[in-house]
Amino acid sequence: MADPASFADQAMEYMSSLYSAALRMTRNPSDAEDLVQETYLRAFRGFGGFSEGTNLKAWLYRILTNTYINIYRAKKRRPEETDLGDVEDFYLYRRLGGLEEARASRSAEDELLDWFSEAEVKDAVESLPENFRLAVLLADVEGFSYKEIAEILDIPIGTVMSRLHRGRKQLEKALYDFAAQRGLVSEEPARG
Amino acid sequence: MDEHVDPADCTESVRELYTFLDGELTVERRVAIRAHLEGCSDCYGAYDFEAELRQVVSSSCKEEVPEQLRNRVAAALQQLMNEDGR
Repeated sequence: MADPASFADQAMEYMSSLYSAALRMTRNPSDAEDLVQETYLRAFRGFGGFSEGTNLKAWLYRILTNTYINIYRAKKRRPEETDLGDVEDFYLYRRLGGLEEARASRSAEDELLDWFSEAEVKDAVESLPENFRLAVLLADVEGFSYKEIAEILDIPIGTVMSRLHRGRKQLEKALYDFAAQRGLVSEEPARG
Repeated sequence: MDEHVDPADCTESVRELYTFLDGELTVERRVAIRAHLEGCSDCYGAYDFEAELRQVVSSSCKEEVPEQLRNRVAAALQQLMNEDGR
């Protein structure tokens, strides 16, 4: 059984990653701060039941996600989000991957950073339907494994994989739409 | 596509590329995909792009915690601990 007095020492280091996720979930700083505080208070109260030596970060994320789903989201009554339907694999790569002229001298990351601002990447993540957004955040931003995500969200691993797959494709489509709006790319048929 | 590459390998690799990037393939499949990527510039291009995209998404979504939030949470926890101690 975990000692509550050691909770702060162990848990505070995860605040920046919890806050980053909270911001993508709530999409506004003041709600994100409340969500993080509530997560820490709940975690503290439940810490006696946490087994020392198990994955504290994943446990905190489970509380964050449950708090968001049960309390915050119920209160907010956000309009129903729509799944845009299926999108092909490597949506962005098939459209932008061939654009760079001097591929040999520039990395794909440099190109991506030129095309999209940090704010646009955040907007694209936040535009995802909630189930997809949570899976993508946990995997691609926080680096949790399929098994950990399944435990955090309380869903089967197969569901984790399918949400990730669809979420990532939609993320690529959202980014592509930003590029298209800015006239960065012309509407051309996809390669390959 | 490079001439010596079997197109069936490309289909397989593309299908498993997200799982490969997630580090969730079996050792055997991982070795097979890695070998294919080394020999096929088309698939390597897709792999490289997806890997970098993931880096960009991850770094763009990292936020600094506002100092006042850190203080607020620390104070609230301290208060709970004091109450427990009574």
